[in-house]
Amino acid sequence: MTAATPQVGFDEFEEQTWQKRLAYVGRLLQRDRGGMLGFILFILIVLTAIFAPVIAPHDPLKQNLRAAKQPPAWQEGGSWEQPLGTDTLGRDMLSRIIFGTRVSLTVGFFGVLIAGTLGMVSGLVAGYVGGRVDGAIMGVVNIFLAIPYLVFVVVVAAILGRNLLNVILIFGITDSPIFARVTRGEVLRIRESGYVESAVSAGASTGRILFDHILPNLIGPLITLATFEMSAMIFYEAGLSFLGLSVPPSVPSWGNMLQVGRQYLTIYPWIATWPGVAIAITALTFNLLGDWLRDVLDPRLRRSRK
Amino acid sequence: MVADSNILVRVENLKKYFPITRGWLFSRQVGTVKAVDDVSLDIRQGETLGVVGESGCGKSTTGRAILQLHKPTSWHVFFEDVDLTTLNAAELRALRPKMQMIFQDSVAALNPRHSVGKIIGEPLVIHNVGTAREVHERVIELMEMVGLKPAWIKRFPHEFSGGQRQRINIARALALNPNFIVCDEPISALDVSIQAQVVNLLKELQKQLGLTYLFIAHDLSMVRHISDRVAVMYLGKVMELANRNDLFRDPLHPYTQSLSSAVPVPMPKHERRRRRFILKGDPPSPSNPPSGCVFHTRCPLSVEMCVTTVPEFRELRPDHFVACHLTDTETGSKIPEQTVLASELT
Amino acid sequence: MEPILQVRDMVTRFYSVDGVVHAINGVNFDLYEGETLAVVGESGSGKSVTMMSIVNLIPQPPGKVEGGQAIFSYGEMAQDLLQLSEDEIRHVRGGQIGFIFQDPISSLNPTMTIGSQIAESMTEHLGFSASEARSKTVELLRNVGIPDSERRFNAYPHHFSGGMRQRVMIAIAVACRPKIVIADEPTTALDVTVQAQIVDLVKRLQEQMGVAVVWITHDLGVVAGLADRVLVMYGGTVVESAPVDNLYEDPRHPYTIGLLKAIPRLDATGEAETEELEVIEGVPPDLYQELTLCPFAPRCGYAFDRCWAEVPPLIEVGVQHGAACFYDVERGGPRNGS
Repeated sequence: MTAATPQVGFDEFEEQTWQKRLAYVGRLLQRDRGGMLGFILFILIVLTAIFAPVIAPHDPLKQNLRAAKQPPAWQEGGSWEQPLGTDTLGRDMLSRIIFGTRVSLTVGFFGVLIAGTLGMVSGLVAGYVGGRVDGAIMGVVNIFLAIPYLVFVVVVAAILGRNLLNVILIFGITDSPIFARVTRGEVLRIRESGYVESAVSAGASTGRILFDHILPNLIGPLITLATFEMSAMIFYEAGLSFLGLSVPPSVPSWGNMLQVGRQYLTIYPWIATWPGVAIAITALTFNLLGDWLRDVLDPRLRRSRK
Repeated sequence: MVADSNILVRVENLKKYFPITRGWLFSRQVGTVKAVDDVSLDIRQGETLGVVGESGCGKSTTGRAILQLHKPTSWHVFFEDVDLTTLNAAELRALRPKMQMIFQDSVAALNPRHSVGKIIGEPLVIHNVGTAREVHERVIELMEMVGLKPAWIKRFPHEFSGGQRQRINIARALALNPNFIVCDEPISALDVSIQAQVVNLLKELQKQLGLTYLFIAHDLSMVRHISDRVAVMYLGKVMELANRNDLFRDPLHPYTQSLSSAVPVPMPKHERRRRRFILKGDPPSPSNPPSGCVFHTRCPLSVEMCVTTVPEFRELRPDHFVACHLTDTETGSKIPEQTVLASELT
Repeated sequence: MEPILQVRDMVTRFYSVDGVVHAINGVNFDLYEGETLAVVGESGSGKSVTMMSIVNLIPQPPGKVEGGQAIFSYGEMAQDLLQLSEDEIRHVRGGQIGFIFQDPISSLNPTMTIGSQIAESMTEHLGFSASEARSKTVELLRNVGIPDSERRFNAYPHHFSGGMRQRVMIAIAVACRPKIVIADEPTTALDVTVQAQIVDLVKRLQEQMGVAVVWITHDLGVVAGLADRVLVMYGGTVVESAPVDNLYEDPRHPYTIGLLKAIPRLDATGEAETEELEVIEGVPPDLYQELTLCPFAPRCGYAFDRCWAEVPPLIEVGVQHGAACFYDVERGGPRNGS
């Protein structure tokens, strides 16, 4: 008999380095093809928005009536000078689509930022304080949710006028009840959890419980929700533009382009097709990303090797 | 006030009723769950008081109510002669370090986004004990005390096994040098071979640090092993309370007798010979407890009086409390030898 | 006596994000007609996965049964359950093999009356007519101790208490007069007084119907009063297999020995009452690693070089008694040839 061979790995943890965490995220992406696609497209879209002036081959606002209504390059009469064709005023479709990304992402990002902040704060208060305060806040939330969304937006947009800031504000306010609801539900769940009880029994103050225990555990579900809501806002912004209630017609937004294209749908179909495709791809991207984030951000699903 | 200086915690007439409400805007109360109904207990300095009972008997609620994690409906709890009922929130928070809790669900009790070091050190930070460096040193000391490698200080709860997570919970509970710890089913979620590790650790720590435990569990064998005295609960009431040897060797209450006869023993030959009283049915719902003695619906011996009158919980023998009318009758409260209660209707 | 079920060299793995979980690493056992076989082990020992693999109930993916045989024979028939198609195995499940799960509330359909859930399997597997199935169901409900069974036929699962629900599960399990009933921790979620009722009920039904019962549990107390033979599992392998008396009185695998010493006893007297529980140090094996050594070696006080080099097979140590250990606990040294 010899002494037992020491067994490394049975009682030892693996060192969790950032390389390993990154590799883990990589594996998760590999497993979830949809998440992978969403992730790649998301990065491409964000880069497009940031570097729009560099990428775009032409000035999106420059008119060239001589080259108006040119079909995409692969159709008869098209030219690789304007690969996706031109619109009725001869503006380059590709460049307009690229710049349109900026409008969509700006609305989505800031709209969700406002909605998320408002909703999170009210949901947190409602869920944590409970009682009458909860009843009052959730009452307002329910009333908000009962108002027909589109009618409300149309009325407000008509009163405040057409500009990007107004659109963002409208979206931010009208979307906040959803964040409030989700936050409240999560707070109620976390408040009953063992670790909050454990913190209370250790004598933790309300502030500590809110900021150290409840908030960090809210972030995951809220980021997931934010992703889905961003997709919805991009959709709605396009809808408002289409109705002529969003940014002024001079701004290259996908909704505006769609609106122009609609009139020529049978003769010059590409004018409406490209913004439609852009909207669809963006919405799909955010949905795929949201699905993936939901899995990744849940620490309960992040199983260990032990 | 508490006369006996030996008593660390005295619970008097603890009641915890949960209202059952319906509706959202105009909610109204439609019933009451009597989770704990008139429980009185003394917990002595340095002892382990076991509390056993089936699900819904109110054993966990009792533990939480003592620590004021549930605000009881009516009660008096004296901790070291201080009536906790009279304290305001700040005073209570200041007293928290002395009374701690170890939870059953070791996963849920640990914030998944905090590292082990942060979890164990949190009570110290809350009560401003020492500098960051001192907190760190204390955390290392605690980790060693409960058998965790200090090198694991930066790891997260999900990287640990169930037994190790329960050690983290224990270390956290010990951080502020408490005198009194409520252990709420600390081992029932663990594997058998790990249970013994944790129980031995709890006993060892008690010896070292002079701790007093309220040990809540449904596993009678484990409760008997770790406790000095044991309280048996049923539907929110204490049925019997005695020194663990008296309670298990000579149980007076019919419920205690049937409970201990229902626990299987890991000895096949003994099991085959053993006489068992198998109770009929499930325990009734605490939202609609039976009249009189709450056990009368399942008691093989119940008589008229049990249906109508609530039995008094009294000291029948020195240090042996029981709540049963039959102890006064001539036949007594013992389930006779020949009674083997069939569970079936045949 | 011929075994009704022979399991040979079964291997099951789970392919997770974190790697391959080696859940079952070559399991062998026999189940005889009408006996009660207890499968004992801690979480991750593979006790449930073994039985679920046999009847193709593990989720695939990520799970995969990668090898072995499970020969199910009754009468003239003998078939390898692992080779059956999904349709064929579905017919075996609920027909010749019944199940009782730990959590009856999630195993019962909340939108169907309990009577129709039982009758359904009778019409499907036994070809009963609706009225025949109904009267048999009422009779069966009475037999499993549900009072007022005529009326309870139309009750929904949420009308029942935990113990009553488990009785309904048992009724479903035995409805088609199966040859084998697999009970996966059927009393773990129940209170101890209710557990005693359920154990009694299963014993009685077994005597009436002569069905073989596989009782999966972690509770060595329940096993003592219930089983004829016991399999002890650890790290996805069977470490000991013995008739119940032998296992408790003369355990031969260091894990079994340790386990029996680690539980306090309600019947302990004198010295044994206060002494420390003996502890198996360490933690259960990491199933992400392929098994190349005795899974218990890292926690075993007897382990020597051979234990670290190969997986011990089940070695015969007595009548019907096998232990997967190179060390002879009785003699106090490595086994001959080790």
